[in-house]
Amino acid sequence: MSTSFDHPEYNYKVVRQFAIMTVVWGVVGMAMGVFIAAQLAWPQLNFDTPWLSFGRLRPLHTNAVIFAFGGCALFATSYYIVQRTGRTRLFSDTLASFTFWGWQAVIVGAAITLPLGITSAKEYAELEWPLDILVTLVWVAYVVNFLGTVAIRKESHIYVANWFFAAFMIMIAILYVGNNLVVPVSLTKAYSIWPGTIDAMIQWWWGHNAVGFFLTAGFLGMMYYFVPKQAGRPVYSYRLSIVHFWALISIYVWAGAHHLHYSALPDWAQTSGMIMSLILLAPSWGGMINGMMTLSGAWHKLRTDPILRFLVVSLSFYGMSTFEGPMMSIKTVNALSHNTDWTIGHVHSGALGWVAMVSIGALYHLIPIMYGRKAGQMYSIGLINLHFWLATIGTVLYIASMWVNGIMQGLMWRAVNEDGTLTYSFVESVEASHWGYVVRAIGGALFLTGMLIMLFNVYMTTREANKQAGMVAAQA
Amino acid sequence: MLSTFWQVWIMAIVFGSMAGCGVLIVYSMRGHRKEETTQTTGHEYDGIEEYDNPLPRWWVYMFWATIVFGFGYVGLYGLGNFDGFLTVKVDGEPVTWTSTNQWKAEVQAYDEKLAPLFDGYLATPVAELAKNEEALQTGQRLFKSNCSVCHGTSAMGAQGFPNLTDHDWLYGGSPEKIKETIMYGRQGAMPAWQAVLGDEGVIEMAEYVRSLSGLPHDAEAAEKAAPAFAQNCSVCHGADGKGNQLVGAPNLTDDIWLYGGSTKQIQFTLRNGRAGKMPAQKEILGEDKVHVLAAYIYSLSQN
Repeated sequence: MSTSFDHPEYNYKVVRQFAIMTVVWGVVGMAMGVFIAAQLAWPQLNFDTPWLSFGRLRPLHTNAVIFAFGGCALFATSYYIVQRTGRTRLFSDTLASFTFWGWQAVIVGAAITLPLGITSAKEYAELEWPLDILVTLVWVAYVVNFLGTVAIRKESHIYVANWFFAAFMIMIAILYVGNNLVVPVSLTKAYSIWPGTIDAMIQWWWGHNAVGFFLTAGFLGMMYYFVPKQAGRPVYSYRLSIVHFWALISIYVWAGAHHLHYSALPDWAQTSGMIMSLILLAPSWGGMINGMMTLSGAWHKLRTDPILRFLVVSLSFYGMSTFEGPMMSIKTVNALSHNTDWTIGHVHSGALGWVAMVSIGALYHLIPIMYGRKAGQMYSIGLINLHFWLATIGTVLYIASMWVNGIMQGLMWRAVNEDGTLTYSFVESVEASHWGYVVRAIGGALFLTGMLIMLFNVYMTTREANKQAGMVAAQA
Repeated sequence: MLSTFWQVWIMAIVFGSMAGCGVLIVYSMRGHRKEETTQTTGHEYDGIEEYDNPLPRWWVYMFWATIVFGFGYVGLYGLGNFDGFLTVKVDGEPVTWTSTNQWKAEVQAYDEKLAPLFDGYLATPVAELAKNEEALQTGQRLFKSNCSVCHGTSAMGAQGFPNLTDHDWLYGGSPEKIKETIMYGRQGAMPAWQAVLGDEGVIEMAEYVRSLSGLPHDAEAAEKAAPAFAQNCSVCHGADGKGNQLVGAPNLTDDIWLYGGSTKQIQFTLRNGRAGKMPAQKEILGEDKVHVLAAYIYSLSQN
């Protein structure tokens, strides 16, 4: 069989399933995002319907893009990478299949309960306790399967990508369970065991590490495989990867307190969270440098390879947002930025620019392999290029409009007249934000258009591959 | 105050983590090459190799700089029971920085700066202050930031929140009464009459109340409710339904409605009662600002 997979001994089925669902959930989650972005510009769009209102759809958007889109991308790539860099099949096909169907069940559960208003009201941890238990079961299966595969690897050393994946999944397990310890009172309602300010601290201990481990460490694992692979170059520095790995995972767990500046949290806890956030700059940049420098000697490939372009631009956005984050955590800067749209812009420079772009690059490399083709051999390279520009321009419009809005809001809220009264009422700052919201919605819509083009490109690739397989079968 | 154990614990893990980063850098660089190389570590994973390059120098310097910054920041802002060296001025004395002290210092600085202006306002009677354009502008700004959430930016109110621009006052529209209302707040209490009047009684009473303001109503039903009004409602609203500002009972004859004048809304009010609350501002804004606000609100109905 000429079209057999290049490594028939690996479990590619689960990788393929997760990879396809990454694209599907990406479209769904981002469409939700564009819709609620439009609601902020034109509030009539909630149609006075509770389950279409911003308050209910916002958590659905964040859960869909982080855990459905981002989660599926992490499952797909980690299962792929751990097999290829360990030269072994997954530890257990049953567990792999359970993680796929279990995770999809969680997503569907979220899509039903969140619009109904069933929520624990904790940011990025809105799911109620029955779904939390399902998440935990799936996650434990995932950790066992991944670490089991690492354990039975045929390569003597463990590749750096797998360190990051392992750290990400172990820390997420601890944080997720810690933050979701509750006393259930009914099937749809439970109360946190943590009281008051401690609850807030635990929430952001989780919340910021959903960023630090889920959206950073996990995706750095992805980066460490696909960048050198797509560029065809060795990783720049093994030593740098060690230092920034250990520094990153030991410092990130501290950073959550910067979400609670000038709150009831004791000042010393705020201060320690702040300095750790600042120290995090170097470990974060370690990953960016290692990825970027891997390209030295291969920069010319950027001219012809839009997949590599996705990966490189994702690293640029990663570097930018991990510089912005430490700056925003400094108390004096935070006093201006806190509660403004600047925060939302910051999150999306990471979420769109880094997480989504690196995943998209990885998927374009990986999906053709899942269908018996060469890496990156999609139906149309031109469409990948178009997707790249839509995604880049969309992200830039998004971030820039939120910078303008955020800094404007911060300055308006603190503007004081000669007589000591506030210059602007709150609603005036909302009114002034309108055009920023319009531009943000446009930026988001461009990004979403790119994802739809990707969905089409993926569909055509699978169709072509299936047709070829059919022809080969007919000849035989 | 933290106990000694927790103080030591916090110090140990904060400084330990920071120092740990330093140790990691030093350990990784010791005895390693200084120049870039094309030599790999000798391992290969699915075709991926790794160069044995040193840590980029500028990156190492940046790492050290952030660690030094961290120690400096703790020195300034403190950690646990250790007070930082940063001070702010509260009650004229330099005190250790805390977020509470920072807030106090900023508020006091403003109060000090604005004291002459507001002292002058406070010494002027409200009615006279209502002719001072500058004071009115300040009053309007205070209103926008503090009152408009309920009463609306144009002070025309909303359901449950009185319109302040008409001449209809629940507790009196004199300068003194307005200031009293803002200073100490008000508690409006309309009792629920469902149990006393019964279903039929509520429907009839609503017709009677509408008749007082000359609104279309069922005259027969209204007629039936008249004795019940005289017996129960007139205690607060008066025999003629014109209300009583001493208890904040609204005038029912002027077709101005706090909770709506439709038959349905009046029935709801009668059946379930209403509880209005104007929060006291004395402790929040202070008398000087309330005084200016009173002048502004008084001016709204002086056209």
